[in-house]
Amino acid sequence: MKPSAIFSLKVEINVVLLGLTLMSFVMRMWRLEEPRGVVFDEFHFGKFINLYLRRTFFFDIHPPLGKLLLAGAGYLTDTNASFPFDRIGDDYPCDFPIWHLRFLPALCGSLLVPLVYLIMAEVGYSHWTALLAASLVLFDNALITQSRFILLDTILLFFTFFALLSFLKFRKIDRCFSLSWWLWMTSLGVSMTCAISVKYSSICTVSLICLIVVYDFWQLIGVKTLSLKTLLCHFLARLSLLNIFPLLMYIGIFWIHLSVLSKAGPHDNQMTSAFSASLEGGLSLITKGQPLSVVYGSQVTLRHTHNQMCWLHSHNQNYPFIYETGRGSSGQQQVTCYGFKDENNWWIVKDPRSSFIGVRDISKRIKNGDIVQLVHGKTGRVLNSHDVAAPMSPHFMEVSGYIDYNITIPEQSLWKVIILNAETEGDTWKALSSHVRFLHLNTSQYLRVTAQQLPAWGFFQFEVATDRGIQHEDNVWNVEEHQYAKVSETGDAVVDCQHVEPFDEGNILTFWGKFMELQMKMLTKSFEIQFEHRYRSSPLDWPLTQRGIAYWIHMESNMQIYLLGNPVTWCTATVCIPVFITILISLVIRRRRKCQDLTEDDWNRLVLTSVIFLGGWALNYLPYFLMERTLFLHHYLPALLCKIMLLAATCEWIHILILRTSAQRSIFTALVVVFFSSVLAAWHNLMPFTYGHTALTAEEIVSTKWMDTWAFLIQR
Amino acid sequence: MVRWDMNIINNKNIFCIPVLKMITLFAVVLASMATRFYKLSEPEHVCWDETHFGKMGSYYINRTFFFDVHPPLGKMLIGLSGVLSGYDGTFAFDKPGDSYNDKTYVGMRAFCALLGSAIAPLSFLTVLELTQSIPAGILAAAFIICDTGCLTLSQYILLDPILLFFIALSTYCLVKFYSVSHKPFHLSWWLWMAATGFSLACAFSVKFVGLFIILLAGATTVQDLWGLLGELTLTKMTLFRHLLARVVCLIFLPGLVYLIIFAVHLQVLNASGPGDAHFSSQFQSSLLGNNLYNTSMPRDVAYGSVITLRNHRAGGGLLHSHMHLYPEGFGPKQQQITTYSYKDENNNWLIKRADVEHDPSRPIQFVTHGDYVRLEHIQTARNLHSHEEPAPLTKQHFQVSGYGINGSGDMNDIWQVELINQNAGVRIQTVLSKIKLIHYNTGCVLYTSAKWLPKWGFEQREVTCNPDTRDSNSLWNVEDHVNPRLPNLSFQVLAPSFLEKFIESHIVMLQGNSELKPKAGEITSQPWQWPINYKGQLFSGGVKAAYTVYLLGNPIIFVGNLICLTVFLVLYVIWALLEKRGCTLTPKMKERCHSTFGVCCFLFIGWFFHYAPFYTMRRVLYFHHYFPAMLFNSMLSGVLLDFIFQLVEDFFSAKSRVNIYNSSIVISLSIIAHSFYLFHPLSYGITTSSFNTTSNMAGLHWMDSWEF
Repeated sequence: MKPSAIFSLKVEINVVLLGLTLMSFVMRMWRLEEPRGVVFDEFHFGKFINLYLRRTFFFDIHPPLGKLLLAGAGYLTDTNASFPFDRIGDDYPCDFPIWHLRFLPALCGSLLVPLVYLIMAEVGYSHWTALLAASLVLFDNALITQSRFILLDTILLFFTFFALLSFLKFRKIDRCFSLSWWLWMTSLGVSMTCAISVKYSSICTVSLICLIVVYDFWQLIGVKTLSLKTLLCHFLARLSLLNIFPLLMYIGIFWIHLSVLSKAGPHDNQMTSAFSASLEGGLSLITKGQPLSVVYGSQVTLRHTHNQMCWLHSHNQNYPFIYETGRGSSGQQQVTCYGFKDENNWWIVKDPRSSFIGVRDISKRIKNGDIVQLVHGKTGRVLNSHDVAAPMSPHFMEVSGYIDYNITIPEQSLWKVIILNAETEGDTWKALSSHVRFLHLNTSQYLRVTAQQLPAWGFFQFEVATDRGIQHEDNVWNVEEHQYAKVSETGDAVVDCQHVEPFDEGNILTFWGKFMELQMKMLTKSFEIQFEHRYRSSPLDWPLTQRGIAYWIHMESNMQIYLLGNPVTWCTATVCIPVFITILISLVIRRRRKCQDLTEDDWNRLVLTSVIFLGGWALNYLPYFLMERTLFLHHYLPALLCKIMLLAATCEWIHILILRTSAQRSIFTALVVVFFSSVLAAWHNLMPFTYGHTALTAEEIVSTKWMDTWAFLIQR
Repeated sequence: MVRWDMNIINNKNIFCIPVLKMITLFAVVLASMATRFYKLSEPEHVCWDETHFGKMGSYYINRTFFFDVHPPLGKMLIGLSGVLSGYDGTFAFDKPGDSYNDKTYVGMRAFCALLGSAIAPLSFLTVLELTQSIPAGILAAAFIICDTGCLTLSQYILLDPILLFFIALSTYCLVKFYSVSHKPFHLSWWLWMAATGFSLACAFSVKFVGLFIILLAGATTVQDLWGLLGELTLTKMTLFRHLLARVVCLIFLPGLVYLIIFAVHLQVLNASGPGDAHFSSQFQSSLLGNNLYNTSMPRDVAYGSVITLRNHRAGGGLLHSHMHLYPEGFGPKQQQITTYSYKDENNNWLIKRADVEHDPSRPIQFVTHGDYVRLEHIQTARNLHSHEEPAPLTKQHFQVSGYGINGSGDMNDIWQVELINQNAGVRIQTVLSKIKLIHYNTGCVLYTSAKWLPKWGFEQREVTCNPDTRDSNSLWNVEDHVNPRLPNLSFQVLAPSFLEKFIESHIVMLQGNSELKPKAGEITSQPWQWPINYKGQLFSGGVKAAYTVYLLGNPIIFVGNLICLTVFLVLYVIWALLEKRGCTLTPKMKERCHSTFGVCCFLFIGWFFHYAPFYTMRRVLYFHHYFPAMLFNSMLSGVLLDFIFQLVEDFFSAKSRVNIYNSSIVISLSIIAHSFYLFHPLSYGITTSSFNTTSNMAGLHWMDSWEF
C-alpha cells in the first residue's frame, strides 16, 4: 500500500469524527437560549447557582462539583443572582445570560457523541459500527433535550464516559510507565473523581472500571517475569493515582464548596448547631460572644443534635389527664420538642444542692457526670420524669414540667450530664460543641425525642420521653444559645458578663468536621427522599420509552418540551440485549467444548464488550429496582449509552459471526440502513417536543402520541 | 472466579473408621438432644412469636382459614405435632406471657426441639463428608450445640428450628450428592439428588428465605455442569442427560413438592376464618361458613341495596371509608376513601339512582349496565366523589373522597356502572359481575393502587380515579349484598381452581411481606449488628420479671466464628497470591490447602448467600434471621480450625505431633463448653437482672446494648 493511501484513510476517519462532533454541536446548541423560561429542574439548579453567587450555604444530597461548574459559568458571565427561579415556566429577564448558563451542559452533551465513537473504536469495533453507535446517540431525543438546559446529567455522563475512554486507552498501552501510560491513568483518576463529585450514581460505572483494573492487576501478578519490585511499583502507581489522588481531589472539591458557601442561609437548621454557628450571619450572630462553658445558672436552649431539628420546649399547658386511647397521664406540664425558635425554649441549668438559679461562680464549670436540674425559663417548672407511660409511645416514660399535686408522684428531676465527645472537646460542658445525653437518675433512662408527633393538645410538636436504650442518636442534645443569668433574686453577687471567656468561633468546627458532617448527612438523607412527583416513573417504564417528563409548556400555545427517548433506538436496543446474551452464551458454551469460532483477539473483544457494555447497562439499571426513592426517566441515561453501544456491537457480531454469505450480509446492511432511517424519522417527528420550537395543534399532538402513556400537555 | 471442589476425598486420615464415626455421631446426637430438651416446658407461658405460630398451628387443627406471609409447611407441621401430642387447638395464644395452664403445649415444643437437635448432627455429618475429619465435625457440631442462640430458637414453637433443620438437611444432601458424583446415574446418585430437591422444597415451604439455600444449590449445580461441559470425553447426549436429570430433580421435583404442600394447606383449611377478607370473593366462596359459601343473597343488585365492593386485583380489598379527612397537602380535605382487607361496617355502601332522590318505597328497579348511580357510604352518609385534584399518592390520578351531607352531594358524585363486554339492560349480579365505575364528569375510572397510605390513612390502601380507563385493576365486584325487598337466592359461584388459588395466595403473601416495613421511628435490627452479636431479642420476661429468656448468641462462639471467617479470608488471599506467583509448596501441603480452601469457599458462599441479601431488604429484620448464616459460619470454623491445628502439628517436630493436634482440639472444645456453661442462663432463664449481683448472669453483661 502506498503511504498516501494510509494518509488519506486517516483523514477520512477524522472527517467522520469531526462531522459527527460538528453536527452534535449544532443539534445541541441550536436556539439554545429558547425557550426563555425556567424549564423543569432549572428551577432547582438555578436556585443553587444563585446561592453560590451569593455565597449562601445550602444543603443538597448531590455532591457539589456539577453545581460548582454551573455556578462558575454564572460567575464568569457576571450573572446577577436576583432572578428567583420561583416556578417552572417563569420567563427570564432580557439581560439574563441564559445561553451562557446552558452552554456547559450542552457542551458536555455534544461531546458525548465523539466520546461514544472513540470508545467503540477503542474496544476494537470497526468505524462503521462506531459511526452507527455515535449517530444513534446523536439522534436521540432524550439526550438532546437533557443537554439543552441547566441540568447535571450530561455533565455526569461526560465525566463517566470520559473515564471509560481513559481506561480503555490506558489498558491498551503496552509500554508501562511511559508518559502516555501515566497521562491516561491520571486522566482516569481525574474523570472518575469528577463523575462521582457530580452525582453518586456514577459509582456504578466507576466501580465496574475499578473491578477491571483490579482484575488486570491480578493477571499481572501471574506474569512470572515481572519482579516483585516492578509489581510493587505497579501497585503503588495505581494506589496513588486511582485511590489516594481521587480521594484528595474529592475532599478538595468539598473544600472549595464550603469555602465558597460561607454565609448562613435557609438550610442552616438542617445542620448541627456547631455547623451553622460556623457560617457568617445567622446563628453565629447570636452565638458570637456568648460564654463557652456551661455553669450552674446558665440559661440555655437545648437543641436535638441529630435527625429531627428541634429544641427542648415546654409551655403553660398540661398533659390531658386521659388520652384518646384511654390511658392516663400525670397531668403535669407538657415538655415537647419544638421545631422553631421560641422564648419557651429557654432552660436554666440549676444546681440541685441550692435553690438559687443565678450564676454564682463562673469558674465552676459543669463536668462530664455532674448532676443538674433543668428549670424552664418562662414557667419555672423543673424538667421531670417518672414511671408514667409517655403520651404517644407507651413503652417510654413521660417527661413533664413538675407540678406538685400533693399526690403520690414525687419530684424526680435529677439528670446526669454525660458528654459524648469528651475526648475531643474536653471534659467540661461547652456550648455548641459538646454533645450530651441526659440520664435520669431515678429511672436510669435517657431523655430523647421520639419520632411521634403529639396531637392537637400538644400543638403537633414532637414528643419527648425517656428511654432505656443508649445506642441511638435521638437522645443527643447540645446547647445552642447560652447566656449567664444576670438577675439575682436573693441579692447574691451578679456576674459581670464582660469577664466571661469570649466564644472563639474560629475553633468551632474545622473543615474536616464540617466535611464529615456534610458527608454523613448526604449519605443518610439520600435514603430518605421519597416524595411523589407527577412525572415519576418506575424502572420498568424506561427501556421501552413508556413514560416521559413534561419539562415546560408555553403559557398560551401548545409549544412544549417533553423529555422522551427516541422510541426506535430505545426499543431496538432493548431487544438487542437478549440477542447479545444469547450469542454470548452460545459462544461461551462452544468455547468450553473447544470449538474455535473466534480468534483470541476477537474473544477478548467479546469479553470486554460484555463486561463494559452489558455489565455497564446492568449496573446502571438494575440497582434502581432496589431503590425506594423517587425515580425519573433521566436516571436511565447512563444505562442508555451502554445499551446503544451494545446495539451497535451486536450488529457487528451478527455481521461477522452468523451471516455467512455476502447476500445475507447485504440484506443485513440494508436492514440496518432501514432501521437508521426510521430512527431519523422518529427523531424528526418528535422534534417539536425536543426543542419546543413550534406550536402543534391538539390534533397533531394526539397523532404523535404513539403510546397512551405519553402524557403530552394540551392547552384547552 | 471462586473455585471450590468437593470431590477430594482423603481416606488416609486415621480417624476414618466407621465405628468411631458412629460413636461420635451418637455422642453429638445425645449432646444436642440433651441441651435442647432440658427445661423444655419452661417458661409455662406463651413466648414471643409462639403467639403467632402456635395460633396458626391451632388454625390448622380447627381447619379455619387464615392468612400469613410465610408458606404453610412449618405451621402445618406444628399443627400436626399438636394433634399427635394431644393438643386440641383450643388455646387462644392471644399474646406473649399468657399462661398455658393445663393445655398440652409441650408436644409442639418437643417437635421443634427435635428438629432443632437434628441440626448439629447434620452439620457434623456434612463437615465429615467434606473433610473426612472427625475432629473438624465435632468442632462444627460443638459450635452449634453450645450456641445459646441456636438453643433458644430450638426450644419454642417457632418456624426457625424447622427452617434451620431443612437448610442443614439440604446442605447435607447436596454434599452427599457431590460425593457420589464419580458414579453418575447410579441409584445412590439419583437418590441423593432427589433428596436434595425434596429438602430444598421443604426449606422454601417453611419460609421464603429458603430461597437462599436454593441459590447455593443452584450455584454449585451450575459450577458442576460447567465442569462437565469442559470434559470433552462426555458426549453431547450424556451432557444432555446430566442437564435433564438436574432439571427433573432440582427444579421439577421441588416445584411439585411445593405445589403438593400448598394443595394440602388449602385442603385442610376449608372453613371460614380470620383471613377471608384478604382474598377475592371467588376464593371465599370455597370456604365453609363464609357467607359466600353456598351463597344465599339477592342475586341482582337493585337501587336501595346495601353492598360491599371488592377490587378485582389479587389481594385487592373492600371499598372503605371512615370519619377521617385527607390531611393538609394531600388534596382537598375531604373524607378518605380507601380499600381495606378486613370485613367491617365501614365497607357498606348504599346504591342510589343518580337522577332522583333515594326513596325506599319506590318499586324495585334493578341496576343495569350503563346506569348512572350514586354510592352512599352508610356509616357517614357521604357520597363517593371525585374531582380533578391529584390523588394523595399517585399524583397522576384524581382524588376520590367522601362528599356531601346525608347523601346529597353534587354532580361529581355521579358514576356510570359498566359491565365488561355487555349490552345495555343487563343486570349487575352479586359476585359474578365484574364492573367498572366511570366518573361522569371527568371520565376517569375508580381504581386502587397497591400503595399503602401513611399513618393518617391507617395504612389502608389508596383509592384513586384513574384517567386510563383500560387499566385492569379498575374492576370491582359486589361481594356482600343486602336488600330486604328482594328474595334471597342460592346461586353457584364459580369456585377458582387450585392453580388460581395458589397464584392468588402468593400475590397476597408477597403483598403482606412488603407491608412489613419498619414504621417511622421504630428501631429495627440491622444486618451489621448480627455477626457481632450486638443485640438480641427478648423472648420472655422483661425488666421486672424474675425469669428472663433472651435470644442472644454465645458471645465466645460468635467472636470465634467471626475470627475464623476473617482468618479464612486472609489465608485464602495469601494462598491465591502464592499460587498466582507460582511459589512452590510441598505436594502434600498443596493438596491439603486445595481441598480445605475448596470446602471453606463452599461454606463461605453459603454464609454469604444467607447473610448479604438482608442488606437489600426493606422489610422489618430480626436478629434470628442470621442463624442460617451462622450455621454455615460454624461449619467453616470447624473446618478451618482443624486445618490450622494440622498445620501447627506439621510445623513442630514429629515427636510431639499427636499431642499438639489433639490437645488443641480438646482445649477448643473445653473453651466452647465453658462459655456455654457461663451463658446457659440466656436460654434456660436468667433469674434476676444482671445488674444485681445475685443473678446467675452477674458480671456477664459484656455489652451495653444487651437488654436483659
